[in-house]
Amino acid sequence: MNVDNGVNCLLCGVGGQGTVLASRLIAAAAMKKGLAAETAETIGMAQRGGSVVSHVRTGDDKFSPLIPLGTADVIIGFEPAEAVRCLGCLRPGGTVVVSSKPVLPVTASLGGGSYRDSKEMIDYLNKKVEKLIVVNTDEICEKLGSQRVVNMVLLGAAARTGALGITADEIEEVMIERMDERFHEINKRALHWND
Amino acid sequence: METEFLMGNEAIACGAIHSGVNVVCGYPGTPSTEILETVAARNTEKEIYVEWSVNEKAALEVAAGAAYAGAYSMVTMKQVGLNVASDPLMSLAYVGIEGAMVVVVADDPGPISSQTEQDTRTFAMYSKLPVFDPSTPHEAYEMVHDAFELSHRYKTPVLLRPTTRICHACASISFRENIKSNAPAGFVKDTMRWVIFPKTSFLNHKRVEARNAELRHIFSEYDGNFVSGSGTLGIAASGVSYAYTKEALRQLGDPEVKLLKVSTPFPFPDELAAGFMDGLERVLVIEELDPVIERALCFVCGKRGTDTKILGKDSGDIAPAGENTVESIMSAAARFLGIKKEPPAKINDMPELPVRPPVLCAGCPHRASFYAVKKAAEGRKAVFSGDIGCYTLGNAAPLDMTDTCLCMGAGITVAQGLHRAEPDAVNFAFVGDSTFFASGITGVVNAVYNQTDIILVVLDNSTTAMTGHQPHPGTGRTMMGDIVEKVDIHKLLEACGVRRIEEADPFELSRAADTVKSLIDDEGGVRAVIFKAPCIALFKPDKTFKVTDSCIGCTSCITEIGCPAVVLRDGMPYIEPSLCYGCGLCASVCPVFAIEGGDECG
Repeated sequence: MNVDNGVNCLLCGVGGQGTVLASRLIAAAAMKKGLAAETAETIGMAQRGGSVVSHVRTGDDKFSPLIPLGTADVIIGFEPAEAVRCLGCLRPGGTVVVSSKPVLPVTASLGGGSYRDSKEMIDYLNKKVEKLIVVNTDEICEKLGSQRVVNMVLLGAAARTGALGITADEIEEVMIERMDERFHEINKRALHWND
Repeated sequence: METEFLMGNEAIACGAIHSGVNVVCGYPGTPSTEILETVAARNTEKEIYVEWSVNEKAALEVAAGAAYAGAYSMVTMKQVGLNVASDPLMSLAYVGIEGAMVVVVADDPGPISSQTEQDTRTFAMYSKLPVFDPSTPHEAYEMVHDAFELSHRYKTPVLLRPTTRICHACASISFRENIKSNAPAGFVKDTMRWVIFPKTSFLNHKRVEARNAELRHIFSEYDGNFVSGSGTLGIAASGVSYAYTKEALRQLGDPEVKLLKVSTPFPFPDELAAGFMDGLERVLVIEELDPVIERALCFVCGKRGTDTKILGKDSGDIAPAGENTVESIMSAAARFLGIKKEPPAKINDMPELPVRPPVLCAGCPHRASFYAVKKAAEGRKAVFSGDIGCYTLGNAAPLDMTDTCLCMGAGITVAQGLHRAEPDAVNFAFVGDSTFFASGITGVVNAVYNQTDIILVVLDNSTTAMTGHQPHPGTGRTMMGDIVEKVDIHKLLEACGVRRIEEADPFELSRAADTVKSLIDDEGGVRAVIFKAPCIALFKPDKTFKVTDSCIGCTSCITEIGCPAVVLRDGMPYIEPSLCYGCGLCASVCPVFAIEGGDECG
């Protein structure tokens, strides 16, 4: 699989976690390298605490903005159960980068469903995915001093696997162009938390 | 050539700016909202007049007036907004315009964020107006230009109907070199033209039919409609389904098939379609919402007496409702083309996944308002009519405070009908501030005039929250950046003759509930309470709450109000600090005062 010709990357999570910005940054970084890019996002009522998915497709051989089932090279899961929900999208041998921190829906607190922690989800991903990177975003964000940079921590981790076809430095470059200067430092540190 | 990475809606906005648009009006509605916002954001020289109108009917009429006077105007809305704007649109289709006018109506297959799966292409046929149907954000950019040209040439409003997957997809858009501008010549009086009368309508109807016959021919030559490939089997597709079809055929190994792409579903390019069907045994039509192209092809076959078999939604080969996907098209196309294709292996060993219905945000004032009314109405036979907005989410457990929701403004009038049929029930009607201005006022006047016994609950959070915080008449801000006099809801209700009007802060829970109780007891006629508290998106929290050691684990804070920030941790309630907005509603419902506010946020 030659990632230089473009990739399919799916970002999934819960409304408000910052998947949209992350998908835009991947697309922008790919375009800087001369690749075509397309994204598609969840906007509207579903954003209010619902499951959200962003599709990013780079390269010239893509016709539609949505990634077909079984063809995602990378899944970036901002939430473990959401990564499991989207697993059908992953191609055989694809990479999953996932946060270990669960977001419990109100329905769980009200006694519905069995979702209480992320262990079962992470175990399942371990069983199904060869290239799995579990990121303890809670602990890393705690150390960084901000819970708002989960998206950068995950983007950095995904870039370092090589599966995105872009580096953390290339993402940093487009982040600097697009974000307010006040947030550059913290986001840079989040992107490179493991360097 | 300048290139930008843009969302489909941004591309449409840029297309309009580059076509010389002078006036842009609209009403917010997913998935159309960002079009007008983008025009406003790029309007740094204030050369374009941009407004959020109070509703789609007002928006369309303002745009029509501007186009009468020679302006290039654009009006934006979601598909159900077109129902509101349909009265002026149907007549305008006869009267026509002078400058140019493009009506952008965003359809929402799925539906993802809408009440209906109605199809604007069908509306185009009904209103006899030409419609463009883009397959990609870039096509949307180009088609806005084509729509303006056609509109100007034929002096008619023209529809552009993107769907959600076009509106909210992003792609790199290459801007055209030829950026146009237009200077409106001014209104030229001509009663035969601008005053609608039965006699002129008869003549206009004849003219419109003749024009559409001409457009069928012109659209057969339009480069957005074309045929590719060859063979005895054909596929016809439109909108985003055309992009999915290309993707699906690629995955099927590019089988031999003749492909028709339709970008102007009405007036239908009959001649092009007839040429496409020459020599074809069967055609599979892939489109979302109504079987518009499928029926148009059947019609062409019938008219010409040819026997090409047309398959699609009517024949059961394509799903009648919901979105198409690359997968659904791949399996339909494989079946149609006789290609053996194993469907992707089903994953059936997944752990049970959490259900995530959309919920009111942590700290949302609507939660407190609903809870106050719920407490006040306890023990009474009451029906809660809701409306369109974030507060539709008041239907979810544990609040369970939305018994009906139909369309914009309907809560107020549905409550009146419910009360006529069941006079011993207390009938509440909830309406948000933006919805109140859009179409709530008429219902209030109706209730006052007809002496209906209802309690109106205005949820005033000072914004149009659901669609992303657009200003409205009550906010005192316009899309031109002006600060203007706010339209006062209280005074409006007074002027309408509402018998008793109270105001309350929903977060002062017991006072709020007492206010509602007194309105229930004060029977007869229209009474109203305005709950005033801003949407959480309009401010930053200054403190968060936490559960103290005196918690007895009764979980009232969870089971009573259902706030997403309050979760169970090791069997005890815990307030997630990253989500808490410091509203304190949970502290108000705690029976042992075990929730305290304190931590100042940085």
